[in-house]
Amino acid sequence: MFRLHLIRYGTKFDIVGKTKYLLSLAVALILVCMGSVFIKGLNYGIDFQGGYIFEVKIPGNPDIQTLRDKLGKLGLGEVAIQQFGASDEFSIKLEKSEDGAEQTVAIQKVKGALGDGVVYKKVETVGPKVGAELVSNAIKAVGFALLAMLCYIAVRFEWQFGLCAIAALFHDCAIIFGMFSIFPMEFNEMSITAILLTASYSINDTVVIFDRIRENLKRYKSLELKEIVNKSLNETLSRTTLTATTTLLSVFALYIFGGKVIAAFSLPILIGIVVGTFSSIFIASPLLVFMNIKPKKEKGAPEAANSM
Amino acid sequence: MIVVSKFRFLTTVCICLIGLIIAIPSSLDQKTFDKLPAFLQHTVSLGLELRGGSHIQLEVDMKTVEKEHQESIVDEARKQLRKERILYKKISVQQITKGGSTATLISLKNEKDADKVKKILLKIEPELEVIAEGAEIKASISEEFLEKFAKRIVGESIEVIRRRIDEAGTKEPTILRQGYDRIIVQLPGVEDPAEIKKRLGKTAMLTFHGVDEELETIPAQAGTRPKLPVKPGVMYLPEDKGKGVVYYVPVKKQVFLTGKSLVDAQMTIDPQTSMPCVSQKFDKIEGTRKMAELSSKYLHKQFAMVLDGKVLSAPVFQAVINNGTAVVTGHFTMEEAQELALLLRAGALPAPLNVVEERNVGPSLGADSIADGKLATLLAFALVSLFMMLSYGKFGGFSVISLTFNIILLFASLTLLGATLTLPGIAGIALTIGMAVDSNVLIYERIREEIRLGIRPAMAIAQGYKMATTTIIDSNFTTLVGSIVLYEFGSGPIKGFAVTLAIGTIISLFTTFSLTKAVIAIWLKKHKNQDIVI
Repeated sequence: MFRLHLIRYGTKFDIVGKTKYLLSLAVALILVCMGSVFIKGLNYGIDFQGGYIFEVKIPGNPDIQTLRDKLGKLGLGEVAIQQFGASDEFSIKLEKSEDGAEQTVAIQKVKGALGDGVVYKKVETVGPKVGAELVSNAIKAVGFALLAMLCYIAVRFEWQFGLCAIAALFHDCAIIFGMFSIFPMEFNEMSITAILLTASYSINDTVVIFDRIRENLKRYKSLELKEIVNKSLNETLSRTTLTATTTLLSVFALYIFGGKVIAAFSLPILIGIVVGTFSSIFIASPLLVFMNIKPKKEKGAPEAANSM
Repeated sequence: MIVVSKFRFLTTVCICLIGLIIAIPSSLDQKTFDKLPAFLQHTVSLGLELRGGSHIQLEVDMKTVEKEHQESIVDEARKQLRKERILYKKISVQQITKGGSTATLISLKNEKDADKVKKILLKIEPELEVIAEGAEIKASISEEFLEKFAKRIVGESIEVIRRRIDEAGTKEPTILRQGYDRIIVQLPGVEDPAEIKKRLGKTAMLTFHGVDEELETIPAQAGTRPKLPVKPGVMYLPEDKGKGVVYYVPVKKQVFLTGKSLVDAQMTIDPQTSMPCVSQKFDKIEGTRKMAELSSKYLHKQFAMVLDGKVLSAPVFQAVINNGTAVVTGHFTMEEAQELALLLRAGALPAPLNVVEERNVGPSLGADSIADGKLATLLAFALVSLFMMLSYGKFGGFSVISLTFNIILLFASLTLLGATLTLPGIAGIALTIGMAVDSNVLIYERIREEIRLGIRPAMAIAQGYKMATTTIIDSNFTTLVGSIVLYEFGSGPIKGFAVTLAIGTIISLFTTFSLTKAVIAIWLKKHKNQDIVI
């Protein structure tokens, strides 16, 4: 019977032996990404910066430059106009952010400047206060969520495992942030969700491998840690790639057919799943070798693995 | 052998069937949906970005509230100090922080009075924090009290907002408290909320005052402010007379009657002038009595009806009003009179509201997003199913069954919990599809390993389940812990995403350990002695 095998049975890759190169690669990538974030910055959406977004359908193929000039005169800060979909559909972003009654005035101004016959598909305004709040809330939410996941790992495994998971997560987040900066994708509340999803996928992936390492630590008491990690990685490699593939397939469907908004959200997730899978295999687990983990005495861990 | 007890099997089937029944209405078109019995007419509620509508975040202007409260304390304190014959150099409300917090500052002539003043202030408002340094006294409102205060004011505001929006006939508005001083108003189907925003922007505080007889009403051009005489207890308020003329009316500060005592307000036409006006009816007890009191005190004299610091009209009482009614005649158009009647009926806001965030989505964009989301989800389902069957053959097929029920149960849970499906939620569903098969992959891979070790297939399946359990629980719990925390602290789209992720995780645990297991157990029973290839 035909079976699709992404990874053949019984691989014996020496992944831990290449830790030096892989870690250098990861560190280099992180440096590039963080560098870009610090130097080039992020392309914040109005969620975080405050401002106005109009998605409009303007009849009669207007010229972008004329539109820009018209809107530039309103004194609402920098104007960014983007065409999308059909040639008469535009997304207009104005940078100035205000609170209260000025918002309504500004919307009326823009509507006046664009004239009649325009269909408004979406109008959004975010005041500066809300913007600042969204940032701090998002950071808080993400921070606590990661912390909770790490606590769970520390309780279920050992603190060393938690530490390695942190390193892998840091790698994932740094690279995705970098991607947002290098290919200037708009960074908004949805992007935070994308990062979170990546983080939770990556940690999920890491836990599965850690689980196998924990099990093998108990089963092969005489083996060196390095060999145990290698063995566990190879044993789980098939599952790791299979699950990454099914997840990538569905995110890919989202990216291609999900429409503009969902596509913008799926792209970082696509990258994130690749990065997350990479970090689980090549960072989180090999790092354990440096952690001086002693073969476990029967304590804390569940007994399922021993009950053969 | 893996064994699924009869009880467990039946429970699993029941849950799946119930889920199916709950989820189906969401997938029907409107016509078929209307034919369903009422208890089945529940669908997943769609977020605003999917159904189109308007989302407005309002902030209660607590700084103004705080300042007004302080000013009322100062007014009261002045009276008390006079009564007690305590001399002071200065008493005022001042801003003490950059953020706009205010405090009452009193500087006394005699240091010895400080304790007495402290007592007086605390009697007026027990929640004050009073600090005395020699003859200087500073009284500020404590943070906790402000918070309590804000809570009450936000609660009252929500009631008033609801009445104003209901009066306007908007369907299914959602009005929620957000954080400390915020209110979120969601109006499905409303594309341009300018009207409603205008309506929410007004405090609509109606008050009745006497007009000072010694001072004169001063006419002025609109936009200019003439020099106005000052007299304690009297304030000049503008009255719009139309045609660019504004009268400044000397209104006594004392309030006789407020809009709180109103039971009804309607637009009517004044039979004499055939101009639109607003008739008001006050409640039987307080309103009627006070109206009678005011009208007898000011009989043949001028009084003023004031709305939000502007005089609506300042007529003369021609007779004592005993039936508790009044008519506001101003320079209204029909619409303005109707609007005023509506605002008066709905009651006054306890504090001014500012719009701090606004998001409007047209219905076409929402419909597009739903259509795209459906297509993407179906496609994700098809791709993952195909891949699973290519990888695991029959057993891949088993996980497709559980995947199907995963989606059905996810929709059923969203419907039951009344959770809102948002755009990130749709993405969450498609992702759940990708990740839901993970548990199956883990088990199947484990089974393959066991078979390679030479264990009999039936035994290997049992062993595979057993060995993978810890891993599955650990990995899913990590996700679950993360999404619960995310739900707790996140807002807006993050919350919506966390809900789908958490529910999806729980359901995939259920389908893996109940549904797929049951299907495999049944299949194994029928094919006891066959060779199993996974």
